[in-house]
This record gives sequence, C-alpha cells and structure tokens, in this order.
Amino acid sequence: MINLRIDDTPVQAEPGQTILVAARGVGIRIPTLCQVDALSPVGACRLCLVEIRNWNGRLVPACATPAQEGLDVVAHSEKLTILRRTILELLFAERNHICAFCVSSGHCELQDLATELGMDHVTFPYRFPFLSVDATHPKFGLDHNRCVLCGRCVRACSEVEGAYTWGFSGRGVATLVEADLGDPWGASKTCTACGKCVQACPVGAMFEKGKATAEQVKRPEILAEVTERRPRV
Amino acid sequence: MREIKVPVTRIEGHGLITVELNRAGKVSKARFHVTEGRGFERFCQGRTLWEMPAITARTCGICPVSHLLCSAKAGDAILAVRPPRAADKLRRLMNLGQYVQSHALSFFHLSSPDLLLGWDSDPAKRNVFGLAATNPQLALDGIRLRAYGQEIIAALGERRVHPAWAVPGGVHAPFTSEARDRLAAKLPEAMRIATDALALYEQGMTDWGEEIASFGDFPSLFMSLVGENGAWEHHDGRIRLVDAERKIVADNLDPARYLEYIGEAVEGWSYLKFPYFQERGYPDGVYRVGPLARLNCCDHIGTPLADAAVARFRATADGKAVTSSFHYHWARLIEIVAALERVKIYFDDPEILSPRVRAEAGINEREGVGVHEAPRGTLFHHYGVDEGGVIEKVNLIVSTGHNNLAMNHTVTQIAHHYLDGQKITEGLLNRMEGGIRAYDPCLSCSVHAVGQMPLKVVLLGSDGNVLDEKVRTA
Repeated sequence: MINLRIDDTPVQAEPGQTILVAARGVGIRIPTLCQVDALSPVGACRLCLVEIRNWNGRLVPACATPAQEGLDVVAHSEKLTILRRTILELLFAERNHICAFCVSSGHCELQDLATELGMDHVTFPYRFPFLSVDATHPKFGLDHNRCVLCGRCVRACSEVEGAYTWGFSGRGVATLVEADLGDPWGASKTCTACGKCVQACPVGAMFEKGKATAEQVKRPEILAEVTERRPRV
Repeated sequence: MREIKVPVTRIEGHGLITVELNRAGKVSKARFHVTEGRGFERFCQGRTLWEMPAITARTCGICPVSHLLCSAKAGDAILAVRPPRAADKLRRLMNLGQYVQSHALSFFHLSSPDLLLGWDSDPAKRNVFGLAATNPQLALDGIRLRAYGQEIIAALGERRVHPAWAVPGGVHAPFTSEARDRLAAKLPEAMRIATDALALYEQGMTDWGEEIASFGDFPSLFMSLVGENGAWEHHDGRIRLVDAERKIVADNLDPARYLEYIGEAVEGWSYLKFPYFQERGYPDGVYRVGPLARLNCCDHIGTPLADAAVARFRATADGKAVTSSFHYHWARLIEIVAALERVKIYFDDPEILSPRVRAEAGINEREGVGVHEAPRGTLFHHYGVDEGGVIEKVNLIVSTGHNNLAMNHTVTQIAHHYLDGQKITEGLLNRMEGGIRAYDPCLSCSVHAVGQMPLKVVLLGSDGNVLDEKVRTA
C-alpha cells in the first residue's frame, strides 16, 4: 500500500491508483469534468488540479497522476478554488453556453460545477463563436456551441464501443469534435447509433433528438457498468 | 412645427408617442413609436425545433406561456401529430391561468390607478401604491387574483415565469390530483375577486364617458380565433374577422395560411411592423385583436357568468361591435371570469390527470404554423426546418403588432380631443398613455424582429398595392 496525505488526511492507496481515486476513497471530493469512470484519464480540463506541497507546490491533475509514497496533496485551498473557477469561466466564455433553453439545463455537469465553485459571473469577454448544430443523425444531435472539448465522447466511442467514429479536428480554440473525417453525423459509416457518446457527454452538446429544454438526463455511469460486465482477458 | 414627446410608462417595454402640431398649433398627426429592437427571428435560426418553445418564451416575462404554447403548436405541425387530448386540455388550462394573471396585472396593477384615482390626479400617487393607500382591498385582491393565475402555471410547469413545459407533440409531464385539489380549493376566492372587479367596472363606466368616446372609438375590423359554432376560443380554432357592425367579413380562415390574408407593412419611424387585412389594403385594413376583438368576433362564450356579461357588453353597442378601445378593460375582466369558469370545467374533468400527454414523432413536415390567442391577441409562430429539425426560418406575428395601426389611431384621436395647442396638461399626457395602456401592449414581445431597420422599405399606394420596394443589404 502507498501512504500519502490529502488535505492533511492520511490516505492509503493501491499501487496504480490515481490521487483522484485515493481521495474519493476517503470521501474527499475533487471537481472533475473530462474524467469519467471506465474511460482512460487524459487530464484535459484541468479542473481536478491539486497542489503537491513536497513538489514545490507543483500543480498536477489528480485524475492523471498516480498516488505516490509520501505525497502531501492539497486538494482544497483558496488558490485552487480561484484556479478552478477561472478554468470554468474560460470554458463558459469560449463557446455559447446558454442554460435558459439548453436540453441539459438542471442535469449538466458544467452548470453543477459553476454552482459548486461559486462562479456567479464570467470575467472574460465572451467569444460568441458562430458554430453549427449537427442534427443529421436520426436519433441524436450535436451542438458545437455547448461542447467543452472534454473528449469523453471520443473516448467512449473508441474505448468502450470500439467504433472509433469520433475524433478531433482543428487546433486550440478552433478544435471540433467530428464524426469520421468530418462527415455529418447522419452520414457516418462507422457510427453504430449506440448512444454511448451521448451518455458520456457532460453537457448538452450531445443530445437525444426529441428532448426539449431541460429534458435531457445523461447516464455516464453506464460506461463503467458495461465495461465491468465484460469478461476480463 | 412643434413636436410633443410623451414617454409611455406602465406598459411592458418601451414606447414613445410623438404629436406633431401645425403652424396654428393644432394637432396634425400623432404617432406611437416602439423604440426597442430584439432579433428573435434571426437568432433562432440554427437552433433545433425542440428548443423553440423555451427560446421564444424568453421573448417576454409577462406572457411567456403564450409563446411557449404557440411554439409547441408550430412544433406539432412540423411533427405532423395531434397532441393527446389530455395534453390539449392541460395546455388550455395553462393558457387560462395565463389569461387570469396577465389580465389581472393589466387591470389591477397597471390601469386601475387611472380609472379609480382619476386621470387628473397627482401622477406621483397615480400608481399601484396610491391605489393601495386609498383602496387597499382592491389592490390586495388584484395581487391575489394574479397570484392565482400564476399558481396554475406553476402547478403545471413547475415555475411561474418561463416554464419549459409545452413541447412539440404535447406537454412535458402530466398533471397531479394534489395540484388540482389545491387549486380547486382557491378557485371560489379568485372568482369572487373577478366578479367584484367586473361589477366595479360596470358601475364606474358612467364616470368615464368622455374617455370611452375618445380612447380609440373608431370603426375597424376585429380579428380572433373562434371555435366550433363560433364559440370563444383561446388556443385553437379558425380565424374570423368582423367589422364594426359585427358583420362577418371573413370566416373559417385557415390560420396556417395567414400569409394569404395578412400583410405586414413597415414604417421608418417604428421598430414595430404594421399588419393589415390584405383584402382591404394598407392602411384601410386596420384590425384590432385581443380581448375586445375576441368578444366582438365570437358568437358566445359558453359559460353562464361570462355569457351574461357579454350580453351586457353587447347591449351598450346595440348588438354591433363594441368599438371603443377603452372597453378593452371591460373585455379583459369578462375574460377573467370566462377563464375561471373554464378552469372549473377542467378541474372537474378526470381526463386532465391522464398520463398520456405526449405524441412522439420525428420531422415529418418542413414547415409549420402555430396560432394561439395570447392575452393580448392572436399570435402566429411560423417555422421552417431542415430535414434534421434545425430551424431555417422564423416568422413571428405578435399580438401587439396586430394592434399597431389601431394604437396609432387611438393616440391621434386622443390628441385631437384633448389637445387644443394652447396648454399641455398632465391629464392630457396621461390620457395619451392610458389610450395605449388600454391595449395592454407588450412591446418586448412585439419587437422580436430584426433590430436594424428598415431592412426592407415598401412603398404602398392608398389602395394597398406595392408601388416600389427596396431591400437594404447588411
């Protein structure tokens, strides 16, 4: 067993466990967005940043950093709250997140994080990019306006479904989630219409067609349920 | 030339009246300007059909329900489905709650200070607070009645303002017996307040003779939806137009084909478009919508108290149309009574508790029109979508827009009657505002259209024919 401290609480972790999993084991909640159980960690959103006191205060993503012997981790501090809130503000400013009529309003991880971290306004200027809605698929829709580029859909599609339909195109702020090589979703030849990407999506970017405002409830936990039932090889 | 500007208050939104005087100081013309611009028809493009009820509901905080329901109806047309009967009844129930709360707000909070405290009374006290000081029971009654209407909306849609509850194909969730029983227990008090207010208005009318004669008393057409057998209708039905004699000018018109009989003109001095009845041309095709029009158009209401009130209402015009816009107030009070009587009918109907409230379907039509009677009048939502259900075009014709020409007639009439060019009195200014307020206009709704104007200028001849038109590109 590995012994470390998180927020001055002595914690034991199994070899290979991340700081995030170790923290959850003792009931310490660390905010996450791109992380979802059953998918490989990528440390993309940076909301789970924690400070390692005995690494000169270095900031690392808790979801992607293995627990190590003797680590002294700060998971909650004023500085970390400001950093996490700033990341959230940047996410909100980057695209067009309008909760008022969003299908996921009330069931949205981004909205919940804003409440949890006390983000009551955005201090950065909004970019208001002109982005499209792909409603070509008979069952599902993709609204790029609401996408936070967490990549959960991309990983769910490749790691759990094995279809490899979704990928990223572009760079930086212009990055888009795309089916196949830029085809409309409805024209994708690889998509199995399983809907795992929709369930994995933490916001209203991917949705089931026919769901009206505030009606879209996601079940990202099905990814872990599916993988746990699979025979181990 | 001198110009008098009168900002209009105690309405929803921002407006301005200008009166132009000639060299002799007499009124040459008066205009009601709507000075705000929104942009709903543009920014809804690219959104999905299923979001439209919630987006368009945001046009207004007073009657979000009207946009919500009308948008859901346009959605029904695009899905090509008929909502289950229970869903239709629940939508109607919510709209009746909307009528009660919106009409109560208009009469008690916004207009009763003018009627009861006097047109020439101190403007600092001529408001709902002044009313509460002199007639606390009435002010309290008004607040209670409005709250009751909002409670109906909240019981169905989980919130009073902007409930995202009506959806294409039906409604989001069924009604519960607990909510129905709770609301039914409070219904008698609401009815008592509504009938008291109606009696108060009918007694007070003798004092307002001059205002009744000058607040937009002119012959015009009236337009509304009517139900089967010409019954009063607020959510479905066909379009009827009657003239000042209450003769039917057009009947049984398909609301979905509104473009064939309603034209919209644009004037450079207002952000609000000017709809007119095409057959009569612009501006002769002026028509009024809303409570006054609904009562003039329908043959009967179908509930005893409201029908008795309508009989008294019509008796003042010898069975012809009631043409004074002042009596919008009266019509509004009668409609509150009618709405509460209908609410009782729905509460007694076990079908409103049915769990089957939504017809599911995909995109089956590329275009759909929803029509609905908002508290302020007939409301049209017209959407075009692509194969996937993404909105490509939107046209909204909003109740206040229909009344635009009539409101201009009204301010002109008031200016002619009360302004002699010698002295501008507070009473005159307030009567001009009051003339507009009688329509209970909702300017925030009315100017949902693209804000940069004029994008299209149409030159119309006196017979309504287009002589020339120019389109300005952005």
